[in-house]
Amino acid sequence: MANVLAVTEQRDGALRKTSREVVWAARQLADALGGGGTVDALVLGAPGVDAAGSKLGEVGADRVLVAEDASFARYAPDGYAATAAAVAKAGGYGAVLVAATAGGKDLAPRLAARLDAPLASDVTGVGIEGGKLTATRPVYAGKAIQLLRLDAPLAVVSLRPNTFVPGSAARGGAVSKVAASAVSRVTVREVKAAEQGTLDVAEASVVVSGGRGLKGPEHFALIENLAKALGAAVGASRAVVDAGWRPHAEQVGQTGKTVSPQLYVAVGISGAIQHLAGMRTAKTIVAINKDKDAPIFQVADYGVVGDLFEIVPRLTDEVAKAKAG
Amino acid sequence: MKIAVCIKRVPDTETRVRIAADGASIDESGVKFIVGPYDEFAVEEALQRRDQAGGGEVVAVALGPDAAQETIRSALAMGADRGVLLKADRIPADALAVAKALAAELKDGGYDLVLFGKMAVDDYHHAVGPMTAELLGLPCVTAVSKLALEGGKGVAEREIEGGLEVVEFALPAVLTAEKGLNTPRYPALKGIMAAKKKPVEVKPAALGESRVAVQSLALPPERKAGRILGEGPDVVPELVRLLRTEAKVL
Repeated sequence: MANVLAVTEQRDGALRKTSREVVWAARQLADALGGGGTVDALVLGAPGVDAAGSKLGEVGADRVLVAEDASFARYAPDGYAATAAAVAKAGGYGAVLVAATAGGKDLAPRLAARLDAPLASDVTGVGIEGGKLTATRPVYAGKAIQLLRLDAPLAVVSLRPNTFVPGSAARGGAVSKVAASAVSRVTVREVKAAEQGTLDVAEASVVVSGGRGLKGPEHFALIENLAKALGAAVGASRAVVDAGWRPHAEQVGQTGKTVSPQLYVAVGISGAIQHLAGMRTAKTIVAINKDKDAPIFQVADYGVVGDLFEIVPRLTDEVAKAKAG
Repeated sequence: MKIAVCIKRVPDTETRVRIAADGASIDESGVKFIVGPYDEFAVEEALQRRDQAGGGEVVAVALGPDAAQETIRSALAMGADRGVLLKADRIPADALAVAKALAAELKDGGYDLVLFGKMAVDDYHHAVGPMTAELLGLPCVTAVSKLALEGGKGVAEREIEGGLEVVEFALPAVLTAEKGLNTPRYPALKGIMAAKKKPVEVKPAALGESRVAVQSLALPPERKAGRILGEGPDVVPELVRLLRTEAKVL
């Protein structure tokens, strides 16, 4: 029961930031369970990906298991699920942890079904209570926080990105190969990549979101420029997504994505209840809005009242200067 | 074309959440319940596919309390042919238990397509669709934003990390619907009247034991009151200074 499996994620052969978060959380959980449990990190990728796994000992992996197959270069639902399930069944684990990224949200339920294990999705905290795994997770898009207890010898948990900040825990992290099961019932015909370097709003550690205050889709360049200066992902309110100004992938709120970045900048967003629900767990919130009574200011750590068309370009300049200096 | 569309009764997204006396659920008094917004895309897609195929049947399946019959009636009013309510006093927090009950209902139904919303806006699992697919042993594509069916095959577009993926799969298959897949129709009065006469079969949900217990539900901690730094672009240098030195996020 005390062993924990952390399923990591890579992109173009490099481990994603969430991978270290998942391994670190697995370490904490294994230690909390006591009994000297081991943490195994599973890395799935194209041949050669084993090099990427070699540093996971730093965040607490006792062993790094690498499953290589040419079809694993990208997230492959059936192959990843089959491979991870086989590893999970063989290892005597009490928990399997996955990051709740776009891929992880697809993988975790498949794994849970294959392992006949209960699932807690998109959690912001894990613990042990009376030998049982507990998980804290926002529900109703963050309008309420649920504490779950998972009553099974094995459970699957997906972790909200940016929430489990890795520390250091020097462990062996010896790399070994495991069998890849490259089955697939779904064939990828084509990948339409977004612009190079596009960050997913649900995973980015900084998010700049725009709302109706921008007055038109053409003015989103202001948001994009500020996002670029901050190294941030672009988000959007429901109003502007419904108006067709921005793609749904960028929507923050109850019918979009719920985000927990280190910094969230809301520009021209008044702060409807369903939007606030989606971003209120951000560490620091900045709001820029012309209406000083806008609800967004009630959750903002720092508010600036005024014309966003004057404020945002100035902020972009100052941020660029600060970063350069 | 025979299509099952699995829908969930959820609180309206504008609901202000209050915690019930049991400390583990929401106070439902005065709460308006709706068909899950993502489930509506699934219903619309099912109707379009049926009509495009020139016939068949769309079956709306919901698991939940008696009141979920209204949820099914909404789908029937949009144009689904019949409904199945898998009755449970409450919807368990254990998504796999729900998926097992749905899979038991769907397994011998002879469906070409099983559709879900990509997630429920209350518990946010993103799980019941792909779990049901695994239990049924069917191909599954989640978060589908575009769909074409050609013969016994489907081609779907789905959002992935940093882009879109176009995938091909054989029917029968399980798909979960993303916003943008279509524009759900509003039920016409005629549809609402017709829905009253459409059959809804009610039977107990084959829920095994739930292995996920909600120990507590609480409102999120209030954020500490923020401050308005001032008005206009001249405040920006102060903002940047605070982001660097106080919040330490720059």
